[in-house]
Amino acid sequence: MTLHKTASPLRRGLPIVALCFVTMVAAVLAAPFIGSTPIRAREVFSPTVAFADNVDAQIFFIARLPRALAAALVGGALAAAGVVFQGLLRNPLATPYTLGVSAGAALGAMLAITFGASWPVVGSVELASLTGALVAVFVVYLLATARQQGLSSTVLLLAGVTLNAFFSALILFVQYASDYAQIFRALRWLMGDLDVVSYRPILSALPLVAIAFAGFAFLARPLNLLALGADAAGTRGVDIERAQRIAFLGGSLATGAAVSVGGPIGFVGIIVPHLVRLVVGADHRLVLPASTFFGAAFLVVCDMIARTVIAPIELPVGVVTAVIGGPFFLWLLLGKR
Amino acid sequence: MKLVSRICLVASLVVLGVGPTGTSGTTGTPGPWNELALAIFPLKMTGIRFLGPDVPVVPDVPVGPTSAVYQRSSPRRIISIIPAVTEMLFAMGAGEQVVGVSSYDRYPAAVASRERVGALLDPNVERIFALKPDLVVVYGTQQELIARLDRAGVPTFGYQHAGLADITITIRRLGQRVGRSQEAERLAAQIERNIEEIRQRVSGRPRPRTALLFDRESGTLRGMYASAGVGFMHDMLEVAGGADAFADVKRQSLQLSAEMLLARAPEVIVEIQSSEGWNAEKIERERTVWQTLTSVPAVRTGRIHILADDRLSIPGPRVADAIRLLARVLHPAAFGAQ
Repeated sequence: MTLHKTASPLRRGLPIVALCFVTMVAAVLAAPFIGSTPIRAREVFSPTVAFADNVDAQIFFIARLPRALAAALVGGALAAAGVVFQGLLRNPLATPYTLGVSAGAALGAMLAITFGASWPVVGSVELASLTGALVAVFVVYLLATARQQGLSSTVLLLAGVTLNAFFSALILFVQYASDYAQIFRALRWLMGDLDVVSYRPILSALPLVAIAFAGFAFLARPLNLLALGADAAGTRGVDIERAQRIAFLGGSLATGAAVSVGGPIGFVGIIVPHLVRLVVGADHRLVLPASTFFGAAFLVVCDMIARTVIAPIELPVGVVTAVIGGPFFLWLLLGKR
Repeated sequence: MKLVSRICLVASLVVLGVGPTGTSGTTGTPGPWNELALAIFPLKMTGIRFLGPDVPVVPDVPVGPTSAVYQRSSPRRIISIIPAVTEMLFAMGAGEQVVGVSSYDRYPAAVASRERVGALLDPNVERIFALKPDLVVVYGTQQELIARLDRAGVPTFGYQHAGLADITITIRRLGQRVGRSQEAERLAAQIERNIEEIRQRVSGRPRPRTALLFDRESGTLRGMYASAGVGFMHDMLEVAGGADAFADVKRQSLQLSAEMLLARAPEVIVEIQSSEGWNAEKIERERTVWQTLTSVPAVRTGRIHILADDRLSIPGPRVADAIRLLARVLHPAAFGAQ
């Protein structure tokens, strides 16, 4: 009887996960064909024209495909990290950025933007933001584990929020010491930009995201039990401490990698998980994969809108995610009642 | 998201001039790069007023009820917060009257001995008053500073960047305002002659489709900004004998995507950079970044020029020199090169 009860929603949810996967694949395949410049598929894959001379192929493979792939990677990573953090902190308002990862990344990016030219040690914006994210993760982790054995979600939350505020203050200080051009670049970075132009940023973020997702694979059941409370989970034979560590480090790693590619794109990490929960329920075995696929598809579509809607002028993708995601989510939320 | 919104809020407050004003005026990296930023970014960021193609340009905004009184006597203690206007004042022989300049002023060398009074975002009002100016050149969007100066009875000369033609218009008006009408007229006429000479020299030659960039994240093709169909950079490019690849976009600046560059296929790419920090080695290294976009004609023919020269970003009296720099790379044959 019990078995039947738990199995049936899972089975009902699986087609939705599959649908999300198909949507993601379709979005990634379709997005490179859509844009402000019309391109012909026959030209893109033409065997007779050399790639160096083939404008359509270059638009497809240099301008658009990396963008679609970057959007899928970033969207999937942020949505999954959102699910994991909401589960870990048992707080529906948690986002991938709640625990200071994005503030650390932003501080790194600001330093690279402001001092990168005169002080090459800082490195590229991507590298600096990733480093900043990892430093923030490390600090929060140390704080949350300093006083006790386990990973206290209260301490985690407080440490993360405090670090966010602290880094924000440092960011403002750096900005105050910058000139207009740098402030503008920094602001633009915060709005998110997926025009990566090459596959290098994607390839360098991919291993980190892969490690994070390998960790996520073990998290579905522990997160389900965590939802009932840490004590309840402990009595059912789940190593809570280990699950919390994997959740925190995996979620942070995925977030840091995503932010280094596209900047701190907002809304995906909070809207997509809740949207998916409205459809498939609270079971993390469904929510986690469905959010990943749907988050990827969502960001690919948002980026496509960002680069086409008032072409040749591009909208920052972070603006599009919020403008589209917000009302859509509210509509779904109210419709469900 | 919270972080983003908080930073955006504070940054916009700072940009709007609501931020702290009493601190030191020597912030940021020096260099007239900021002149360019001043020309393009704040207009975009604050949304106060964008100088569109059909918006009447107001280079000299008469400000305050008391302005007329001061028009009669020529000022003896001038403060200029705009590097382009500082250059104009010195070029028309009013340099002796200038007592204070912005933290970004670097030219002419004599500005080194003048007091620094902050800049667009952080004018130091206290230091401005302490200098007892009888004329302060301000940017048109510095409403709060204008109001404060006005309350104190200090006359202001409002100025905003616009098109190429507005440079000589501003010089003539400024000349009248500071009692140097004849010198200003001579200066403006000379600039106009020089510009006309370049125009003649390149006329009749094929105009290469040109992308004029003024920003790019170093080492990659991200964060690229180009001059579009409005503003003094666009005008300079047209006079220098280039066809602006983004002329149809009626804005001062445009963020470029890789797709935009591939689609517009410019025959020449010119990047404007600061004089500082760009040696020959760095220029060569940054030129190779473009090799990704092989189908762009400029990349294939190697017509990618990184001009690290502040004159190109300051709409002041050296603008004809700047246009000549552009014309040389667009039409090397017209300037005696092989």
